[in-house]
Amino acid sequence: MMEGFKLLVNTLAHPTIMLTAGMLVFLFFFPPNDWFEKWNRRLHLNFLWTKKGFYFVIILMVVFFLIGLTDPNFSLIIKKPDNVPIIGLIFFVFIFLWISMSQALKNDKLIDAGEKPEEYNDPEDKVLVWPDLVYIEFIALILCMSLLLIWSIGLDAPLEGPANPADSPNPSKAPWYFLGLQEMLVYFDPWLAGVVFPSLILFGLMSIPFLDTNPKGGGYYSYKQRRLAIPIFLFGWMILWVALIVIGTFLRGPNWNFFGPFEFWDLHKLVPLTNINLSEIIYIKWFSVGLPENILVREIFGFLIVFGYFLLLPPLLAKTAFKKLHQNLGNFKFGLFIFLLLFMLSLPIKMYLRWLFNLKYLIAIPEFFFNI
Amino acid sequence: MSDKKKSNIFQQLGKSQVWKSIIRSGIPRTRRQRMMSVLNSLFLHLHPVRLPRHAVKLRFTWCMGGLTFFLFLVLTISGILLMFYYRPTVEYAYTDMIDLGEQVPLGIMREIHRWGAHAMVITVWLHMFRVFMTGSYKPPREFNWAVGVILLLITLLLSFTGYLLPWDQLAIWAITVGANMARATPFLGHEGPGAALLALGDINFVHIGSDVKFALLGGRFVGEAALLRFYVLHCIGLPFIIMILMAVHFWRIRKDGGISGPT
Ligand code: HEM
Repeated sequence: MMEGFKLLVNTLAHPTIMLTAGMLVFLFFFPPNDWFEKWNRRLHLNFLWTKKGFYFVIILMVVFFLIGLTDPNFSLIIKKPDNVPIIGLIFFVFIFLWISMSQALKNDKLIDAGEKPEEYNDPEDKVLVWPDLVYIEFIALILCMSLLLIWSIGLDAPLEGPANPADSPNPSKAPWYFLGLQEMLVYFDPWLAGVVFPSLILFGLMSIPFLDTNPKGGGYYSYKQRRLAIPIFLFGWMILWVALIVIGTFLRGPNWNFFGPFEFWDLHKLVPLTNINLSEIIYIKWFSVGLPENILVREIFGFLIVFGYFLLLPPLLAKTAFKKLHQNLGNFKFGLFIFLLLFMLSLPIKMYLRWLFNLKYLIAIPEFFFNI
Repeated sequence: MSDKKKSNIFQQLGKSQVWKSIIRSGIPRTRRQRMMSVLNSLFLHLHPVRLPRHAVKLRFTWCMGGLTFFLFLVLTISGILLMFYYRPTVEYAYTDMIDLGEQVPLGIMREIHRWGAHAMVITVWLHMFRVFMTGSYKPPREFNWAVGVILLLITLLLSFTGYLLPWDQLAIWAITVGANMARATPFLGHEGPGAALLALGDINFVHIGSDVKFALLGGRFVGEAALLRFYVLHCIGLPFIIMILMAVHFWRIRKDGGISGPT
């Protein structure tokens, strides 16, 4: 039975299945519109944000890691000293997601009933920083320091063999907080995954306050009043950042091949490399002619797709799904918003193109290091 | 009996010239004294004197910003202690690491520094998550959110530059993976799209010896120069920037009307 369980987990953990499931379920848990909200209510998904739901998930996670510890392959990964914080991260992300969502739902109910959110209080009725805040800060500080001390006494900082530029370990991994970017390298070239995407992430984060012009929902937890902002942010943060870090850390072994959590990291695992470019699919597979000499002719279809994606989709969306948003934001802000959103979504899109069609590049001009 | 005696000692202490020279308002017992003790202290007056009730609730801020700052202080102190023992050269860096573990009494400074750094990365993320979920980036706090994003970036860069310093296999290869991305920077990396355009006739301006990766590492690969560069950035450059930005961040929290809340 144990073997069956491990096999099941190994299979389900594959990015194709895990991320697909995650993205499908995501919109039902964080409904962006009435339709999804209806299903959210019908399926009682808000159970997750109740106390019972909290214990349910925490126990599930603890049991999973305890079982994992009994497995030689899994415990090898999670006991790696630098991987310990990521286990902490998994728990903390859930715990704080739970706190914010359960508080948000409480406030939503209050607001629906015409009352003020729970955080509200009489402006006249204030507390003194000394002692009320200083005391809490002091306790938080002591707790934090004790945790850090216990962690430091219990777990030695790693030190591997001395640096040897001639001997590159397999896999070579970036520090864990950049593993989402390294995981992106599977789907995009380094100029995108390592430079353009990180820059746009920073730029996108900074522009949030200017693009989210919704005047409601500032200064208290709420969900209903921010049904667009919260799902987009959570999608980017939890799925495209945290989940990719977890995959990159726990599930990528030698040669950056995928390995299930209970799978042995076999150096010689063979994964067929059958990825081909769009130009090859079109010219060679469909038309059975050779690739044209001229680069622009060769890559014309890729350019059309990419330009169509960034130039045709925005006006189309402005007239359909995001009609109201477009009216609220105006052309410039809406354009920026949709550009950032499309860029973010291009990552999962490229993933699926890879998984479904073995597509390597939409546009492949290796002559100029320009591959998309 | 003993209770009375204790309070006497404290009361007397509060009246003593030494105490009064440091904390003018005496022992903070009355409402007035408590307010004055916050107002008159350089450190405490980062806070306002009075706060709305929700702002001191753990449930609202999770204390995440405060903990991030606290971890930064812990990292500064443990980092200074580590600097006593560590020399940033290819010859000594690794052996100094071993000595730190084996020779230095109560040697958990390295652990505190490393795990503290990991913890700080996590608390910054969670702090950003909290600020987002309470919608606290909305006007008038747009600018402070942007300052926060830069703080986040610098926290990651601090962590990244520190990762190289042990000079073990883990270190140089992690930094190699990271730095390799730099060579693909559009226009500025020698393997980046557009770099070939920055040329005059046969002369390439962006080549392996002049691109951003070279600037980052001070060489073509992770070696002696990279170690020194990362060390200087890690111990002086980035802490300098992050401290200035933290000051701006804290200042703006007050200037933007204190911690956000429903109106
Ligand atoms: C080194 C990193 C950082 C430190 C030390 C820090 C510290 C703090 C502290 C102590 C507060 C007071 C309230 C609280 O504890 O939550 C705060 C508030 C705030 N922080 Fe940060 N922060 C950091 C990074 C960030 C980041 C990454 C962001 C967002 C991207 C951010 C945005 C904000 C905003 C908008 C507020 C005001 C919140 C409100 O009024 O409710 N900070 N920060």
